Amino acid sequence: MLMTVLPFAFALVSLALLLSFVRLVKGPDVPDRILALDTLYINAIALLILLGLYLGSSLYFEAALLIAVMGFVGTVALSKYLLRGDIME
Amino acid sequence: MLDYILAALVLIGAVFTLVGSIGLLKLPDFFMRLHGPTKATTLGVGAILVASALYFSLATEQISTHEILVTLFLFITAPVSAHLMAKAALHLKIKQVERTQNKR
Repeated sequence: MLMTVLPFAFALVSLALLLSFVRLVKGPDVPDRILALDTLYINAIALLILLGLYLGSSLYFEAALLIAVMGFVGTVALSKYLLRGDIME
Repeated sequence: MLDYILAALVLIGAVFTLVGSIGLLKLPDFFMRLHGPTKATTLGVGAILVASALYFSLATEQISTHEILVTLFLFITAPVSAHLMAKAALHLKIKQVERTQNKR
């Protein structure tokens, strides 16, 4: 049952990735683009974990954790830049 | 039986991830859009991670803790990044629609 459901889950998460990418391209203001990037990396984490389930390999969680850390640091840095005009002062 | 639970969890997670992105695309202004992806972070990725923790705990017969780490990290960092983005948006004074609550 899990293996029949997984392709649908792949399709749904990939569609979500595509929609947030549309917002990243279109977003009228800079915070919109940062939010779209944030959503994009969260969707990428979901997609990687689904891939790990599908292939039965736990190697993908390290990649997911790395994306989570780097995405958070990127979001914080970009928001700080917008707030202060400088990342570390 | 457990197979069905895993399948349900994966589907719920994928649907909530999609709902979060649809909200991100469709809602009219930034402060409303901020509300959409929180569903993807908490419920979407959370349900998928619980499913994979169950799956790998049963497949390898030892408790799998990587997933818990990712969930914990996302649950701690999501409010912080949302707060910073909202602060940046307030600082830049971006446009708000008439319906936004506590409009300035």
